Amino acid sequence: MFDYYLGLALRSLRRNKVLTALMIVTLGLGIGASITTLTVLRLLSGDPLPQKSARLFYAQVDPYTKDGYEAGKTKPQRLIAYTDAMNLLHAHQADRQVALALTDARIAPLRSGEHPFFSDGVMTTADFFTMFDAPFQYGGGWSAADDESRAQVVVISDFLNDKLFGGASSVGRIIRVNDHDLRIIGVLKKWAPQPRFYAQELGGRSYGDGDAVFLPLQTARAANMDPTNDDCWAVADITKLETAPCIWLGFWVELSSDAEVAAYTQFLSNYAQQQIALGRFYRPEVALSDLMQWLRNEKVVPDDVRLQAGLAFGFLLICVVNTVGLLLAKCLRRSQEIGVRRALGAMRREIFAQFMVEAGMVGLAGGLLGLVFAEFGLWCIRHQPAEYAGLAHLDVHMFLLTFLVALVSSLVAGLLPAWRASQLAPGSQLKAA
Amino acid sequence: MALHPILAALRKHKSGVVLISMQIALTLAIVCNAIFIIGQRIDRVNRLTGLDEGNLFLVTQQWVGAPSGDDPAGVEKLDSMQKEDLVALRTLPDVASVASINSLPLLNSSSNGEISLKPGATESKGNTRTTFYFGDEQMLSTLGLRLIAGRAFNTGDIQHHSFRDQTEPSIVIVTKPIADKLFPQGSAVGKVMYLDGGTTPTTIIGVVERLQVPGSGSWTNNFAYNATLEPTRIDHNYARYVVRAKPGRLEAAMRAIPPTLYKVNPLRVLDDDSVKSFADIRASAYRADIGMAILMGVVCLILLGVTAAGIVGLTSFWVGQRHRQIGVRRALGARKIDILHYFQIENLMIAGIGAVIGVLLALGLNAWLMQHFEMDRIPLAYVLVGLVALVILGQVAVFVPARRASNVSPVEATRAA
Repeated sequence: MFDYYLGLALRSLRRNKVLTALMIVTLGLGIGASITTLTVLRLLSGDPLPQKSARLFYAQVDPYTKDGYEAGKTKPQRLIAYTDAMNLLHAHQADRQVALALTDARIAPLRSGEHPFFSDGVMTTADFFTMFDAPFQYGGGWSAADDESRAQVVVISDFLNDKLFGGASSVGRIIRVNDHDLRIIGVLKKWAPQPRFYAQELGGRSYGDGDAVFLPLQTARAANMDPTNDDCWAVADITKLETAPCIWLGFWVELSSDAEVAAYTQFLSNYAQQQIALGRFYRPEVALSDLMQWLRNEKVVPDDVRLQAGLAFGFLLICVVNTVGLLLAKCLRRSQEIGVRRALGAMRREIFAQFMVEAGMVGLAGGLLGLVFAEFGLWCIRHQPAEYAGLAHLDVHMFLLTFLVALVSSLVAGLLPAWRASQLAPGSQLKAA
Repeated sequence: MALHPILAALRKHKSGVVLISMQIALTLAIVCNAIFIIGQRIDRVNRLTGLDEGNLFLVTQQWVGAPSGDDPAGVEKLDSMQKEDLVALRTLPDVASVASINSLPLLNSSSNGEISLKPGATESKGNTRTTFYFGDEQMLSTLGLRLIAGRAFNTGDIQHHSFRDQTEPSIVIVTKPIADKLFPQGSAVGKVMYLDGGTTPTTIIGVVERLQVPGSGSWTNNFAYNATLEPTRIDHNYARYVVRAKPGRLEAAMRAIPPTLYKVNPLRVLDDDSVKSFADIRASAYRADIGMAILMGVVCLILLGVTAAGIVGLTSFWVGQRHRQIGVRRALGARKIDILHYFQIENLMIAGIGAVIGVLLALGLNAWLMQHFEMDRIPLAYVLVGLVALVILGQVAVFVPARRASNVSPVEATRAA
């Protein structure tokens, strides 16, 4: 029976080529636009560390003064001061903890005649690599003791290793960063979480390439490397950021159970109260957000991208309404044919099924075309200078989703016409003919 | 023409009527809001910077192995390195003028603060937000700013200090919005104010008509033209120079920069972005806005096309379905123009209903967008223009099938039945 419906549908679609083409193109455009924007949205709001994100938390305490403070309303600052970072780090109240800031690293060339260049750097502490699952190609990270002793060591990325050492193990070699000689102790494998969650609020971009060099925080500061972002709440001598009234570090902790999360939140509150008692703090608010919550708080997905996705779905809705109208016109035009089939014994549900098959075929064709449009849309996005451009690819899920969306929207569009067709009385149509 | 037969016919085609008016309503809602967004983006992009932008470019460079600038000797060394660069650049044949500067409009790298008429007023509500531009005596002429009162900086005014030194200057030039806000009556020239909650008085010596702040994001909307110019060369391990090329010599001047600077001192970082024309700075600041406007525009066009095609499709169907009735009407004496008008009025009514619902949807969508995005209330004019546009679109789309209907011969009345 299904074969027969397919044949009928094909013949019907072929009979009115312009109308059929119009339906397929309309549906294809709507689906193409939706899938393109949905792919980008999914890409941007994805989980950078799916295996671990539920255990990573961003901690906030607020050293700002009473200026502009409203109890209960003011959210804690998004960065923390050096003193607090060190206090929290040394308290060891979490499974792992890491403080970090971004910096511009000026790297001297190894060969004479070449010019020095800038790379993105991360100033951080020992747990960074294990906590964020950064994989090593050669060597490894540094220890907490190296942090304290300001060891002159550095971990570099795979692309910097390729650029400077042609991809061979460079562990033990020396590179000159901001006029200081540092010994390479580890080379990462390709590592660039998207979004670049750890760089939020630190002054870096949210997507794109990974960082090139990773240095112990105190080593980097001793080499006069400045954080990309800092914010001061009073007139400050920013040459001494460690003691200045400034916030410039992000602080992450790893916690493995709800009990630990509750305990750490309590610890942060107690810490804030203790600092208030000491006269350092005024504001008691603290916050502990898991990684995905933190990204949502940060509104990491640009508004424009969400707006585009909304626009595309509005567009798809109009395309579906349009298809309903055209399908309806097509199928009511065939009232006589339906009358004959009904008179020859076809049941209502068979007529209904016949028209749903036709709608489904339009949907599949629209989906195929939509796939072409989506690939074209993503190709356009890849050639845009946005920082996430290079990531815009259609994956298997989105590929399947395209057809699901196409089929569902065409079947929804086919419901009304098919129902109307199945309700036609056989007699009146035969009379007219 | 009596509307009664049209209404009677419409009642028989409820689903078709509902579908077309729904489509028109949705299209109107989306297109109005999209065009409003496009308009806002275009307004943003067309804002004037106050600069004479042609022939202007920026050089950003950093020295390797330079002193840190934390001690007086280091500051002096950095300042002499900067002056060497400026001298070398000023002697280039294609260069008209060069100034030391910390940032430019649309560069999104800024140093912002507050101005008060009282000393020591930190973070007080009456303070005026401003951005600070630091530069030397050639800053005004190189940027092409229009001085409307007072005087420009001269060589004797220029001081230099470390990037981190927050000493307040004794004289500054401000933009007109700041002068107007601080001193609504009379000239601001010669008046005294305090920067960043400091206690050292600063005198305004000149007022420029317009200069935009470096930040181009919406966070700068409430002080977009509040700029304060300080006669200061900032000494740091990096420096920026703004260069005005001689007319028509922009590319040649830009090409000459890296070799000239490397010749003065090879120990420095200059990369692909180090020499950037102002046109490029403008393009990268507004790239997202322009991209969004184009995308919205394309979607609007396709939407209107889809809706028009939908109207053509359904009306054609109706015309086909009513062939015989049209024939009867023609046989009974209706003129071609009557048949044409019938379909046009029918479409006008359907589009009218759709457009009225669409206006409500458009306002509702705008309210929703205002809640979830940074968006202003849509002016009614946009919605009304959208309404008229869609009604016209309906009329244009209906014309072809209506013409075909009007060409149905009266003989049709005798056929088929």
